[in-house]
Amino acid sequence: MSSELKIVNGRLYDPANNVDGEVHDLCIKAGKIVGSVSASATRIDAHGMVVMPGAVDIHCHIAGPKVNLARKLLPEDHRLDVHPKTAVTRSGTGGIVPSTFATGYRYATMGYTTAMEAAVPPITARHALEELDDTPVIDKGFYVLLGNNAFLYKLLKEGRKTEFKEAIAWWVNAVHAYTVKLVNTGSDELWKGRKNANITDVNETIDHYDITPNHVIESFVEAAHELGLPHPPHIHCNNLGHSGNVATTLDTMKAAQGRRVHIAHVQFHSFGGQLNENPVSGVREIIDYINAHQNITTDVGQVMFGKATAMTADAPLAWMLRNVRFDKWVNADTECESGCGIIPFSYQQRVYTHTLQWAMGLELFLLSEDPWRVLLSTDHPNGGSFMNYPKLIRLLMDSAYRREALQQVNQKALDKTQLRDLQREYTLNEIAIITRAGPARALGLANKGHLGIGADADITIYTEAEDKEQMFNAPRYVIKDGVMVIEDHEFATDHKGKLLHSKPGYNQDIAAQIEPFFEDYYSVKFNNYAISDDYLHHHEEIPTHPKV
Amino acid sequence: MTETMLLIPGRSRNQGTSLNEGKLKDEYLRVTSTAELNEKDMQRLQLNDGDKIQLKSDAGRTVVKCKAKKAEDLPSGMIFIPYGPPSSQLMGADTGASGMPMSKHLQVQVTKLKKR
Amino acid sequence: MPAATQTKSQENKNIKIVKDATCTFCGCVCDDMELTVDLDEHRITKAKRACVLGRAWFYEHTLEDRPVVLIDGKPASLEEGIETAAQILVNAKFPITYGLSDSPCEAQRVAVNIMDTVNGNIDTTTSVCHGPSGMAFQGVGESTATLGEIRNRADLVIYWGGNPAESHPRHFTKYAVTPKGMYIPNGKKDRTVVLVDVRKTPSTPVADIFVRIKPGKDFEVLWALRALVKGKRINANIEAETGVSRELLDDLVERMKNAQYGVLFLGMGLTMTRGRHFNSGAIYSLAADLNEYTHFVAKPVRGHGNVTGADNVVSWQTGYPFGVNFNRGFPRFNPGEFTTSDVLARGEADAAMIIASDPAANFSRKAIEHLKKIPVITLDAKETHTTKISKVRFAVATYGINTGGTVYRMDDVPISLRPAFDSPFPSDQEVLEGIRVRVTALLTGHNPRIAA
Repeated sequence: MSSELKIVNGRLYDPANNVDGEVHDLCIKAGKIVGSVSASATRIDAHGMVVMPGAVDIHCHIAGPKVNLARKLLPEDHRLDVHPKTAVTRSGTGGIVPSTFATGYRYATMGYTTAMEAAVPPITARHALEELDDTPVIDKGFYVLLGNNAFLYKLLKEGRKTEFKEAIAWWVNAVHAYTVKLVNTGSDELWKGRKNANITDVNETIDHYDITPNHVIESFVEAAHELGLPHPPHIHCNNLGHSGNVATTLDTMKAAQGRRVHIAHVQFHSFGGQLNENPVSGVREIIDYINAHQNITTDVGQVMFGKATAMTADAPLAWMLRNVRFDKWVNADTECESGCGIIPFSYQQRVYTHTLQWAMGLELFLLSEDPWRVLLSTDHPNGGSFMNYPKLIRLLMDSAYRREALQQVNQKALDKTQLRDLQREYTLNEIAIITRAGPARALGLANKGHLGIGADADITIYTEAEDKEQMFNAPRYVIKDGVMVIEDHEFATDHKGKLLHSKPGYNQDIAAQIEPFFEDYYSVKFNNYAISDDYLHHHEEIPTHPKV
Repeated sequence: MTETMLLIPGRSRNQGTSLNEGKLKDEYLRVTSTAELNEKDMQRLQLNDGDKIQLKSDAGRTVVKCKAKKAEDLPSGMIFIPYGPPSSQLMGADTGASGMPMSKHLQVQVTKLKKR
Repeated sequence: MPAATQTKSQENKNIKIVKDATCTFCGCVCDDMELTVDLDEHRITKAKRACVLGRAWFYEHTLEDRPVVLIDGKPASLEEGIETAAQILVNAKFPITYGLSDSPCEAQRVAVNIMDTVNGNIDTTTSVCHGPSGMAFQGVGESTATLGEIRNRADLVIYWGGNPAESHPRHFTKYAVTPKGMYIPNGKKDRTVVLVDVRKTPSTPVADIFVRIKPGKDFEVLWALRALVKGKRINANIEAETGVSRELLDDLVERMKNAQYGVLFLGMGLTMTRGRHFNSGAIYSLAADLNEYTHFVAKPVRGHGNVTGADNVVSWQTGYPFGVNFNRGFPRFNPGEFTTSDVLARGEADAAMIIASDPAANFSRKAIEHLKKIPVITLDAKETHTTKISKVRFAVATYGINTGGTVYRMDDVPISLRPAFDSPFPSDQEVLEGIRVRVTALLTGHNPRIAA
């Protein structure tokens, strides 16, 4: 096959370039979208088909230590969903936490060409990088967990703001991360040090450090802004899953003080009601704030009925769920850096809270006034597998289908939402925004999520169908880096995607200040901690835009 | 004289260091074919350090030298031996659907061998 | 900071110092070695901070004068070795691969790939080490921690069925007993150490409390502790049954519930004895239960240098940690069915590739007898009982001494190796990659689709 491709007669959805369903030809050369190609280019006749940029998952859990613990934990789930090899692809196992190969291939079979692993502790980032290297087809990167970092807390306690910023940059560079991640800020110290306690308020003082989660969040947002990270701090707010956590989520968004911030899986953080009572939907307050504040991006973290796995750096949350289910439970403390909890889970239509969460996610989508900032995710596998995306898209695009679905769920929970009154249907253009253009823009990926000249030739071609679940479930063609990976619904070749990472600039002197802390409190040598470039494999550095 | 005893194979420091020299070298073979017995058990069986004993299990048999341990360190009726080819000879193949043969806590018959 | 510096010694020898090198002998994977390397003699002459096992590891791995490849005992080229190995694997109906725990992850990844390609069986030394703990993990989960967390916080440290003083000599001094930590300012003085075993060992002196239990009664003691933690009644004859008095059990329960941060380390004294995975499951469950009162974790003390890496690699590529079979073109897991000891003892495999392990010495007699009947490919840095019976024997470089790569410590922390001196022997990754390319070519008639 020639390295040139020409897609003709397809209907293009390219919201970043204001193309909404127009028929255009698309030329591809050397992995990029170009203005023209030679006459010998391979032609794809996309008549009757929808052409979109490859989709981008801004928040999922697909690689690294906690994901692998969950894989090991679930043999009973893998055996129900085998992933046979083909002439060109590796075998694996599926289920709610698929093997690395199955993960890459399955994302590709839904038209996804980029996915970001949302939480990796720095000390185990090598593991995540190795797994991502074994995750085929898609481009990928990860967010490094720094929001409970003992050394950074020490700097904040001592009021050393400059060093704090330098140290963040050092860490992002040292582990080849994309951006920083904060999870249940401040909770680790209480969880590990005060017999499984948790932070309940962002203005509470964190044990031993004389600082509040609010101060930590503010400081990260400011530092990331100055470093010009391509994607701002990616925040898992405090009090996830607790009734009345709306107040905490609003406090967190306000802490950004107008600077860019990404609020992860916001559905889980939109509970109204009183603590320790049944939650109600608090979506209205949250979405009104997001609609009115351009600095905020969010992914919904939609809950889908069926299997899920709670997999989180928020250890107290997993413990709370463990005490509901008393099923197998994993907790994993990472020295000076993070906690982790894992619980197999399933969301059921008859259960009040599960239906409430499902409905709250849909409310968020349907009340969003700016699809560029309210993005599609299930927080895979926390709200359900990424394999649910086509069904979720149908729920958004097809109000009749949604009305049917509403009949099958817990009606008392539905009473506590506005979902029955929402008639909105997403258009294909809006779907292209919440799954492609929006996440790419939020991530600062200038060459992804659109089909303009110079963009990465990551392209999905769907046969247009009335049933949008069917349509988005099985693209006819998937092109990655200009290579036809899926042709007529079948894998034509294997392909290796890139690692996406950023390298914020910093003053190298900071390393000498971090080192003594390692000697005292870490179990690995400082000199062995930073990860060599050998682990980057096929990679792309995404530029930063420092402000100072 | 034959007695039934419990065999506990395990790691030892000399087993670990001699392993690095080579598993076919004399030191490793010596270390892994020396069993420790409670001193009172040895007296009863009329054994001295360095005497040869045969250990026999349902799975197989092997000959090793013996060495006395204080009674408070190794309870009566128990034998310790560093892991190695001799202890493997006594291990059954059945893993009870676990993949792991029962390799500690083996019932063995201990017989003193005549000196040649 | 430069990790290696080269100088001349007084005898005018070329000496290299490697700082922060990693010892891969046991699962402690200590990464603070300072190696003095005699580049003329091709050997490590000093290993600062290494324990007795680590020193033996570094000093004894010299360059031995032997052929890179032997086929049927005769020297051959690397290419011939790779070709013969590939032919064996491709022509077998049920090829198996076993070992991997003394190879870096980069090599392990290729080994799984080969078995995926030939529809073979992959298993690691985990199956005869903490495989039962892996099965227990699948059943009940695990509350666990990295070793640095334990160093920083654990005020109650319990070792059960292990003898770290001899198997993991620096476990006490570097990680869990003597070191000072963030909230353990006085080191050992701030911790209570309990040791549970059937016999006294060189580890016993470190313990504040030694609990001697009757052999094979671990499960009963653990279950009694779970009951007491939950305030339930236990068998009045517990002491006669297990050798542990009710008073001692009550004391342990109080200490565990009142600890600030407790840890249970489990050794192979639990997994290799009566009860196997039930024992590991009981100890994991006990640790989980204790979290209703305080913070408690458990951790298997893993053996070989990179056995933990093998678990991780096999898990991320297949979904299962060990004992994985690809006969049907996708991974299946069933301990007892696809674990190597069983596959061999039942006489099923018709070819075996053994990587850095010695089943011909460590397996049951029945398994060894079958291994002797089938073509065996071995990759090892040293001669072993298994290399002696192999049809194709590759002499490979030693990981961590001659080659780099990634190794996972027993607590899943990955560490990169710093090789000390070059070896004329290929790395196991190079040999395996060669076999992978040939196997793929033989099966598809053309070169593999992904360039390495």
